[in-house]
Amino acid sequence: MRTHGAVISGLILALTLNACAAKQKEILRTKESQVKLRSMQSRVFDMSDRNRLLRTIIATMQDLGFVIEKADEILGVVSGTKRSGYTLRMTVSIRPRGRTQMIVRSNAQYNLQTVEDPEPYQQFFAALSKALFLEAQQVE
Amino acid sequence: MTFRTFSSICILVTFLGFSVVGCQLRIPKDALALSPESLKDRQLQTRTFQSNDEKMLLTASAALLQDLGYTIEESEIPCGVIVCSRERDVTDLKQVLGYFIIGAITGVYVPPDHKQKVVASVVTRPLDEKRIAVRITFQHMVWNTNDQLVKNEQLNDPKIYREFFSKLSKSVFLVAHEI
Repeated sequence: MRTHGAVISGLILALTLNACAAKQKEILRTKESQVKLRSMQSRVFDMSDRNRLLRTIIATMQDLGFVIEKADEILGVVSGTKRSGYTLRMTVSIRPRGRTQMIVRSNAQYNLQTVEDPEPYQQFFAALSKALFLEAQQVE
Repeated sequence: MTFRTFSSICILVTFLGFSVVGCQLRIPKDALALSPESLKDRQLQTRTFQSNDEKMLLTASAALLQDLGYTIEESEIPCGVIVCSRERDVTDLKQVLGYFIIGAITGVYVPPDHKQKVVASVVTRPLDEKRIAVRITFQHMVWNTNDQLVKNEQLNDPKIYREFFSKLSKSVFLVAHEI
């Protein structure tokens, strides 16, 4: 009887530990490779004005239906959430590339899934390019 | 209804159920694309103020949000951003009674709405040397008494935005006059 109890306890412990290990694996898991993800999530823009780029990103995200939840000019990061029956969270970061260009990178999470399709990112960058172009036209 | 028809309906419903779940697993195709409504939404959510004092406009916005019972969660003045939220009880006696009566008749009890969380971001943007645009976006989430999320959407009622900007104009006046 005691042996049975010990076996059952052992099994429960093993299952718990296994579940715990599986969850921990999830923390750093992605379907796509790091290089592929970076390439689909990043675009280079010919501009060096950090503040203007961040403000245009914020305006674009608002046009797409996001509520901005965090913005940090020093770090160059904007995060927001779109709620439309679903929850879509997105972080956009910027960093300089040389003196005249900036790299914009966005990553999104749809409900409980990381967005790893290239199409939504293409759509976001199309909207951002349009906003930057319109703004450039407005300035001239 | 024959057993055959009944089983066909069951299978169809199950298939439909799976398809709906399947749809929800993937991001909608146009989730990050500019929609035809985006310009309309922008106009609804934006007002232009004849001012070059962005800090004053943000201060007036923060003061108004406090007047309305919102908690400021985040602010980044160099980018012109204020993030805020408000939670409240939205239990509606009429809905509770209505759902109870429907439940008593049909035997299916639907839990009524219980809690709402509104999140909003105010963003200022200088248009030129004399004009600054202020844009606010509201979204809300509603949970029922079983703690299930039943609404998760952007608020598009023009009344809300009109009222906010009318109050913001007053707040700008009060801040400008240091009241």
